Amino acid sequence: MYTLENVTKTYRQKERTIHALKDVSLTIPTGQLVAIQGPTGGGKSTLLQMLGALDRPTSGRISLGEADLSGMPDAKLGRIRATEIGFVFQGFNLIPTLTAQENVETALEPLGVPAEERRRRATEALVSVGLGDRAHHVPSELSGGQQQRVAIARALVKEPDVLLADEPTGNLDEQTRDEIMALLEGLHRDRGLTLVIVTHDSAVARRAERRLHLKHGTVTERA
Amino acid sequence: MFFTYLRRELAGRRRQTAIIAVGMALAIALVMIVNSVSAGVRDAQAAVLESVYGVGTDLTVSQASGPPEGGEEGGPGVRFEFGTEDGETTDDGTTLSNSRLTVDRGTSTFDASVLDTVEAVDGVSAASATLSLTNVTFDGELPEPPTDQSSGDQAAAGDGTMPAPGEGGGGGFGGGAFDVTSVTVTGVDPAAEAIGPLSAVELADGRGLDSGDTGEYVVVLDAEYATTEGVAVGDTIDLGGTEFEVVGTVTSTSADAATASNAYIPLDVAQELSGMDGQISDISVQAASASDIPAVKADLEEALPDQTVSTQEDLAASVSGSLGSASSLISSLGLWLSVAVLAAAFLIAILFTIQGVTRRTREFGTLKAIGWSNRRITGQVAGESLVQGLIGGAAGLALGFIGIAVINAISPSLATTSSSAMAAGPGGEGGMAGGFGGGPMAAAQETTEVVLNAPVTLGVVALAVGLAVVGGLLAGAIGGWRASKLRPAEALRSVA
Repeated sequence: MYTLENVTKTYRQKERTIHALKDVSLTIPTGQLVAIQGPTGGGKSTLLQMLGALDRPTSGRISLGEADLSGMPDAKLGRIRATEIGFVFQGFNLIPTLTAQENVETALEPLGVPAEERRRRATEALVSVGLGDRAHHVPSELSGGQQQRVAIARALVKEPDVLLADEPTGNLDEQTRDEIMALLEGLHRDRGLTLVIVTHDSAVARRAERRLHLKHGTVTERA
Repeated sequence: MFFTYLRRELAGRRRQTAIIAVGMALAIALVMIVNSVSAGVRDAQAAVLESVYGVGTDLTVSQASGPPEGGEEGGPGVRFEFGTEDGETTDDGTTLSNSRLTVDRGTSTFDASVLDTVEAVDGVSAASATLSLTNVTFDGELPEPPTDQSSGDQAAAGDGTMPAPGEGGGGGFGGGAFDVTSVTVTGVDPAAEAIGPLSAVELADGRGLDSGDTGEYVVVLDAEYATTEGVAVGDTIDLGGTEFEVVGTVTSTSADAATASNAYIPLDVAQELSGMDGQISDISVQAASASDIPAVKADLEEALPDQTVSTQEDLAASVSGSLGSASSLISSLGLWLSVAVLAAAFLIAILFTIQGVTRRTREFGTLKAIGWSNRRITGQVAGESLVQGLIGGAAGLALGFIGIAVINAISPSLATTSSSAMAAGPGGEGGMAGGFGGGPMAAAQETTEVVLNAPVTLGVVALAVGLAVVGGLLAGAIGGWRASKLRPAEALRSVA
């Protein structure tokens, strides 16, 4: 479960101070599917980075379970990311020179999983997203939807508690979007994942159990 | 994963890998060639010096030449004195033959007791004295001198002194035919084979000098000189007007340089015949260990304020000619060119690595987001750079070997001239016909052709591999450091 207490994040940009998050307090229970919407520059991605232990708040407290992410050193944050949090990005962020199988394996590298087991688990993850026959293709040989499936397999192969998705369907056509959303919903349902999706797409947001709206750094609940 | 990722990255970024590898290869090949040629030049210098001073000589003691004084032995030239009984006079003229053994021009002698002082110095393991001489032979026919008064009483009486060739002509008459030949002769301690000039030769025929030869009129000849003169073991030759039995012939142990002298005779005999009793011209000194050389030199200089003490490095500076030019070219231009090209190659590798890291910001941000540690990412970047460096190193090694092979195939000859008192190589043969008034006869400086070989040593190979590793690690460390400084949120935001 995520708990955010009075989280503020400010950036210095040249002479200006940007308030990306203003005094945000909220709780995300374990296993919930949450959609975050809002205008560009409203603080969605910043909030997702705080939840993903990629950055620390300027003030306030974020905790994931018992772990205080706001006061943790970099190495421990890295460990949390390696074990408990999976990421899916809008641009897929696959490593272009590695095959689908090897891209998935990169998520198991920081866990010190032996090579044999790493290969087996990566293969299983690719099969679970319907790409068992594309394991040895590099990203440039895959379609956008297939690349996003590889990215989802990479996020799930380590069996995280949380999956954070930043515009996961932003670069996909409508049909592929629905396929990806169906896949994410299935994984959320089957594995009990906490799933947080940042999206501009209301069709995607409507499929979430809970919808948050972030504007000018302030969060509001939506029915 | 490390090697898979590394292999895929290098294969996927072939152009960058090729540019870095080519830069490194050129730099490493150049360093190898310069290093190898430098070693070849050093070997050539050492060969020249060994032929003069012997193998294992760490230091030499000599005495700086003073200004020549007229009439002094070994001064401006050799004077031939003929008595009334010398030569055979016929109607056509007088046939004369005379040889004299004198100290080399430009060489100063000093008391042999200095050897005892040298041997008493701490750190000296062996020392041997030599006396460098030149045997000059006058052989020919002089015309019947004119009978008028202007020619002087001396000439009319057939008794007088032939001026030394360096002094100019006696003037007044000509038309005769004669040869003046010079032979380099070194007086050595017959018992000292381990150090001194004889340590740098090997027996070609007969035997060498030994302790039983002290006081004996025996000579060991340079094999090439013996062949030229048509002399063999068992024959006799005239040195300083004395018959010497040829007991052996020798050749240089170095293929690159000739022996130091045409003839080697016992030191005491050399002193006696040259009128240099108790005098020597050089002492070859061997230090107990290489690390002792500076201390031994300092002690010798303190104990022998009137003598000059030289190390091999000092002596190397006395080797001039194109070998000396090659040495200075290699040590100046070659060194700096290597450093410049190496620095450029390292800089290229570093810049390309940094550029690669910048281009892969999103990739490294993603890896950090999924939990890769800074250390793991730095290791990956360093590993990639190291392999690029090693590829360059392997190519450079091959290129370097080819360059060195080309140099060895060409085998350039370098002329070397020793400016020391002891000239390198056997003496030439002077020959004049006609009247007097020639130039210097016994040249103190002699030119030797030395073949330059560029040796390939394990050190050269280790240097190439070491530079490749250092270049790769340096670029990798800087690139890795840059990658580790990327904040994951900023890295992802920069491409969002």
